[in-house]
Amino acid sequence: MSKYNPPEATRRDVLWSAGAAIAATALPRFAFAEDKPPIGTWPAGSQGDSVTIGAAVPRTGTYAAQGEDELKGMQLAVEHINSGDPLIKKISPKTNKGVLGKQVKLVVADSEAKPNTAVQEQSRFISENKIVAMTGSTSSAVAVALNKLAQREHVLYLVAISGSNDTTGKDCVRYSFRQCFYGQTAAAAIGPVMLKNYGKNKKAAYLTPDYTYGHTVQKSMEDYLNKNGGWTTVTNQVAPLGAPDYSSYLLNVANSGADYLLNINWGHDAVLSIQQAKQFGVLDKMKLVIPYQIPLLAKEVGPDLLQGVLAATDFWWTLEDKYPLAKMFVEAFDKKYGYKPDWGANNAYMQFAMWARMCEDAGSFYPPDVIKAYEKGETIPSTVGDVHFRPEDHQLVRPVIIVEGKKPGDMRNKEDFWEILEVVPGDDLMQKPDAFGCHLGEYT
Amino acid sequence: MITWPNFLSQLFNGLAAGALLALISSGLTIIYGTLGVLNLAHGAMFMLGGYAGYIAFQATGSFVVAIAAGALFLVVLGIALEILVLRHFYDRPPEDQLLVTFGIGIVIVELVRFGFGSLSRSVPPPSWAGGVTPLGFLIYPTYRLVVMGIAAVALGIIYLVLYRTRLGMIVRAGIEDSGMVDMLGINVYRVFMVVFGIGAMAAGFAGIVNAPVVSLTPDIGESILVQTFVVVVIGGVGSFPGAILGGLIAGEILSLTSMIDPAYSGVMLFAAMTLVLLLRPQGLLGALGRE
Repeated sequence: MSKYNPPEATRRDVLWSAGAAIAATALPRFAFAEDKPPIGTWPAGSQGDSVTIGAAVPRTGTYAAQGEDELKGMQLAVEHINSGDPLIKKISPKTNKGVLGKQVKLVVADSEAKPNTAVQEQSRFISENKIVAMTGSTSSAVAVALNKLAQREHVLYLVAISGSNDTTGKDCVRYSFRQCFYGQTAAAAIGPVMLKNYGKNKKAAYLTPDYTYGHTVQKSMEDYLNKNGGWTTVTNQVAPLGAPDYSSYLLNVANSGADYLLNINWGHDAVLSIQQAKQFGVLDKMKLVIPYQIPLLAKEVGPDLLQGVLAATDFWWTLEDKYPLAKMFVEAFDKKYGYKPDWGANNAYMQFAMWARMCEDAGSFYPPDVIKAYEKGETIPSTVGDVHFRPEDHQLVRPVIIVEGKKPGDMRNKEDFWEILEVVPGDDLMQKPDAFGCHLGEYT
Repeated sequence: MITWPNFLSQLFNGLAAGALLALISSGLTIIYGTLGVLNLAHGAMFMLGGYAGYIAFQATGSFVVAIAAGALFLVVLGIALEILVLRHFYDRPPEDQLLVTFGIGIVIVELVRFGFGSLSRSVPPPSWAGGVTPLGFLIYPTYRLVVMGIAAVALGIIYLVLYRTRLGMIVRAGIEDSGMVDMLGINVYRVFMVVFGIGAMAAGFAGIVNAPVVSLTPDIGESILVQTFVVVVIGGVGSFPGAILGGLIAGEILSLTSMIDPAYSGVMLFAAMTLVLLLRPQGLLGALGRE
């Protein structure tokens, strides 16, 4: 006994070592519990030193110009994420050269704004590139189709441009998130301005593209104006996407006796229908309103046809005077591409930046964890001020920007097409989360 | 909405739209009738005529020069393509011919997209044809009235060439039986080259004439090509008068259906084509047994 000198072990030491021993044995078990069963492209897609995002944007067809614009926003975002640009750090503070230490790659395909093509291309990216997320769409028909693919394949979908109420409404899914404004918020934001400027009991004609975006935006506008302002719809001209000529629709509009023409057409359809409306003298008879602004529209049709025209939009570059992040974004974009970004590019950039933030926050690319990071609904600094995701339908609560076309003489430079009238806060524009029948579905 | 003024407006508009469709379709149908090649690059040639005219307009500011440039460029291109590519496909199966013209179309569209990007370009109408013209029951864009006139004159010239010249006689004979024409000692290949040039010119001419009505993008030929096929099938494949009749019918269908429900105007066009194929497979003015 005397030979044995017990170590000077205090009770605290014993507890420490016991704790350490338990921790040592528990650690592998804990790690094993973290070792979730593979889901979607996880973990295969994030095991190397880079992760890939698949983009299916329209590079041909009616929405090609807008597709190219949003692609530029994506490319800038990837560049910023990989270099740890100060702008990305404002939105995703933990980002430091890549996401979770992995470089981000972008693979791109032409969706032609067709749902089938977009789904095919993304399916290919999922099986061949093991993409950790997919993005792209300028058509809500594509967005809704990719929503379904995302949920089925358990791969995140960062919705690009999609104005339909259905995208985060009846066709919402757990695996997708939308940044941009949509029919309901557009109508709730521009409606009051229209009633204030144009008065009550007016007659409206609509030009509507024949798919989910057109139908839901038209309905949202009509519901708002007719219910709150006593407006009547005298005609709704539904045209297929990519119609080669609008003459017969415009004659119907010209003969309808409407006071206002609400043009919901998008992409080149909007350009063509506005130019032809001018040719047919329709714009001399009635005033044009654009409920869902089209990126690059003013550049294509010119300021003459848009002066005094009201529009609702997601972002306009002169917001740089109001929001520091917008200024950083506009400067970086202009420097890289030589023109001021429109809202499609901003939308794409913000989606990527917020995705980086959520992955860093989750500490993993495991999709259910990333989704839960989104669903915390934290306040996120953005190029249009503070925003947050709504956990119930994965829609970003963000302002809608009301703009009016400037007179050519009032433009400060050749890209100064729109005057910002109002930045309408998002909270009051949104419908109740379940109003459009959203059921998000499962995590796994 | 169905009212008398609107009905008359749409009836008239159908005529104007139909005249242009007839012009584009005539090129397609002549080429098919003579060469037996269904030119799937026809839509791309229509688009290219617009862009060629656009460049000429940017350089000179003259609309007449733009029209000449659009038409001439396509004649040259058409003849070059016939010599370099098409000529080597006459003895090959029809699917090879379809594929090669389809491929030519893709190359043309993508080259234009590479050069001009996806943003649309506009060619303004000549100053004397801007604005609108009151026609009593409707006001109509002046330039579209001009287009009707131009299309009518152009179709008239094609008619004269086909029915009043030696070349036209050979072409029409070739449509009926090119083998027999060959046997009579006429150099069919030279005729083919000229016909392909004329067909391409009709597309390019229509493209630049149509440019002030639409705004140019690399994809405008695609939807036109589909409508053009419908026109040719309704009128009768290979029949020049059939292309005119088919064009006018298609224009009226599109316009008048839109008066009742615009969403169905495209559907009605294909329904009409189906009906023609069921009741008169050779087309309204087509002849049975043409090769």
